[in-house]
Amino acid sequence: MATETLIWLLPLPPLLAFFLIVLFTNKSKTLSHSLAIGAALLSFLGSMLVFARALATPEFGREVFASSINWIPTGDTFLKIGVLIDPLSAIVLFFVAITVLMIFIYSVGYHNYGQPAGDHDRAGLQPHGATVTDESGHKRMVLSVEPMYSRFFAFIGLFAFGMYTLVVSDSLLTLFVGWEIMGLCSYLLIGFWYGKPSARAAAIKAFMTTRVGDVFMLLGIAFLYSATGTLTYREIFTQQTLQALASTPTGIFGLSAAGLIALLLFIGTVGKSAQWPLHIWLPDAMEGPTPVSAMIHAATMVSAGVYTVIRMFPLLTADFTGHGLTATMSVIAFIGTFTAIFAATIALAQRDIKKVLAYSTISQLGFMLAAIGMGAYIAAVFHLVTHAFFKALLFLGSGSVIHGMEHGVFHTGNHHLDPQDMFNMGGLKNKMPITFWTFLIGGFSLAGFPLLTAGFWSKDEILADAFAHGHWAILITLAIAALMTAFYTMRQITLTFLGEPRTKEAEHAQETPWTMTLPLAALAVFAVGFGWLGIPEHFPGLGGLLPNWIHEFVGGTLAERPEVLAFSWIPLLTSLVVALGGLLLGWAVYKNVEAGQPDPLEKPLGFLYPFLQNKWYFDEFYQYFVVQPVIWFSEVFSSQWLDKLVIDGALHFIGRSALAIGDVFRNKFDKPVINEFIGDGTATVFQKAGHELRLLQTGRIQNYMISAVALMIVLGAILIYVLA
Amino acid sequence: MVPLSAYLFLSAVLFSLGLYGALARKNAIAILLGVELMLNAVNINLVSFWRYGETAQMAGQVFAVIVFAVAAAEVAVGLALIINIYRRRNNINADEIDLMKW
Repeated sequence: MATETLIWLLPLPPLLAFFLIVLFTNKSKTLSHSLAIGAALLSFLGSMLVFARALATPEFGREVFASSINWIPTGDTFLKIGVLIDPLSAIVLFFVAITVLMIFIYSVGYHNYGQPAGDHDRAGLQPHGATVTDESGHKRMVLSVEPMYSRFFAFIGLFAFGMYTLVVSDSLLTLFVGWEIMGLCSYLLIGFWYGKPSARAAAIKAFMTTRVGDVFMLLGIAFLYSATGTLTYREIFTQQTLQALASTPTGIFGLSAAGLIALLLFIGTVGKSAQWPLHIWLPDAMEGPTPVSAMIHAATMVSAGVYTVIRMFPLLTADFTGHGLTATMSVIAFIGTFTAIFAATIALAQRDIKKVLAYSTISQLGFMLAAIGMGAYIAAVFHLVTHAFFKALLFLGSGSVIHGMEHGVFHTGNHHLDPQDMFNMGGLKNKMPITFWTFLIGGFSLAGFPLLTAGFWSKDEILADAFAHGHWAILITLAIAALMTAFYTMRQITLTFLGEPRTKEAEHAQETPWTMTLPLAALAVFAVGFGWLGIPEHFPGLGGLLPNWIHEFVGGTLAERPEVLAFSWIPLLTSLVVALGGLLLGWAVYKNVEAGQPDPLEKPLGFLYPFLQNKWYFDEFYQYFVVQPVIWFSEVFSSQWLDKLVIDGALHFIGRSALAIGDVFRNKFDKPVINEFIGDGTATVFQKAGHELRLLQTGRIQNYMISAVALMIVLGAILIYVLA
Repeated sequence: MVPLSAYLFLSAVLFSLGLYGALARKNAIAILLGVELMLNAVNINLVSFWRYGETAQMAGQVFAVIVFAVAAAEVAVGLALIINIYRRRNNINADEIDLMKW
């Protein structure tokens, strides 16, 4: 098959699976998950084939796989729909395909496939467990299968379709279509257990918050279209168009058209990639099932946001001269850097195993955006890919831990225990070895454990870029954020897996089935190995052993390849110190936490601790300064004043006027003229006429005969004298 | 030879007699007889015009035969009606058969 045709087909299997499951197979769990996984596997194989062909193409980047057809006629031109695989989308496609497939497989185990149906499970609520009786007659509780199993696979199929569409599309328009499909799916999936009020609220929050960003993004797209007449990347990213955009002033904050468009598109990313100040939806998105968290946080949605900004890099840097960041780039760098440290501080004080990961995701996405803001294109892509692998691994690992803990909960029957609270865990290392080792790999990768893990190489690259271009503030902030990252990661690992079990439930935790551990193992390979593809050439000892493939490959996307950075000890030492220091510190502080003991950080941090634990009170801030005013506005202004008083008043006035006019017509015209004169009058005339004329009907046959004869004589006379 | 006008005169007399009978008599059977007389007057007309006109053209004769047939049918129906009325009302006075009156 031609590569272009193959690329066109990539997004379709998951979509097909979605429709088939929804329409036909939703009764059968086995059939539904087979369909979904089969579709994911097809797309995966197709993606790998495309990726392999991309690797085999010499000078890939100058040569790309692209094809497009006319789609929507706009006057005398067409909006085109098309596909494009260049090095950037190829590498994104690579990790998306792998993580999506792994998440699909993992979902089978996560939703307890093969377990009995629950005793009183209802659709829209988490499974509560089922009672089984074993051979010796003992009754015990086991995990029960998800009641809406098939629906879940349908949704994640649609989600995968959205992501594939976004990656293979060659224009902002189709990218936006995929973007919004994912927005819808994240809403559906976060609210998957819609019976829980918190899940419903989280779903709405995610949808509304990302919508804020999307509106700006759509504005950016519209602006771009009106300025250039096209939305196709390769037509926008020509020297000519970029120059024109960069030299058009807009009069808004002194930005050029290129800068303003990039800024608007970036706000879309802020929403989608959960950057400050639109980060609030992502931690709440943990209400969804864990594979959803992994889908949203690693493989798809949040990556999509960063991917879009990376995609728009040429536009972003159109008026970048190489000296001093442009306003737009500064904004991106600032928000990225601030988010990186801001989210890291919150992660320090969270107790929920998934919440820690959620904030670490926000923080790591901040790293990427900071990198893009500095113009460190390769580093951003590199971190995007490695992060996708290790974060998917960590989320799936945390799901596995929660699953193991739920086993313990069913064993003891203490359903008040929160199986997600890390302070209830401990010592799971021996109970869940595969989960432990893979989680350790993911965690060390996130923390940037030197030399071995992928996270080290990509994070180091960002710091090196910050150093090389002299962005000291960014460098220091990111270094502190990295230190915190290592610290809270080790805190998480120590609290969860090391030491002694702090609860009975943790003692009875169990390793999860192979459908869950297999994806963990597969992702762990990438969480380590992928970093080795991007070792800088001038790195002492290791540099040059493996070619810096990432740099070569991804760099080909841009018109001019980014220069290779000179090696320097300072960022390397910084990376080493913060990673190892953070890990050690985290282990030292948390190794001896006893059951029921408060967080050891609580005392030394003082009032800061509740501040961090409550996420800098951002939710409350938005509640008081955004949600409440909006509710007040809608209730008092819109509903009571505008709607009830003004609009209803106007409507009532029109209604009453019409009624009065109608009354006049009825009494002055309809009744006297139409009814009495025309209607009744005509009837009376005819009635009277009929009354008189009926005398003609005598009923005597001879009378009729006389009239007939008379008429005949008259007619005969006419015939003879007139017509003749 | 008897001239055509004689036949026409006879026919006119017969028709007038029939018309008078149909209009003036009260007895329904007599009315029917009057109608028959009129029909036969017409027949004489038809046949004599044929005889004194183009004898090769059979239309006059044929028409007369058709009138016979119609008259026979009409009498059959008319008598049946009269018998029915008589059975119901013991009376065949045409003046009193006025159900169709206003």
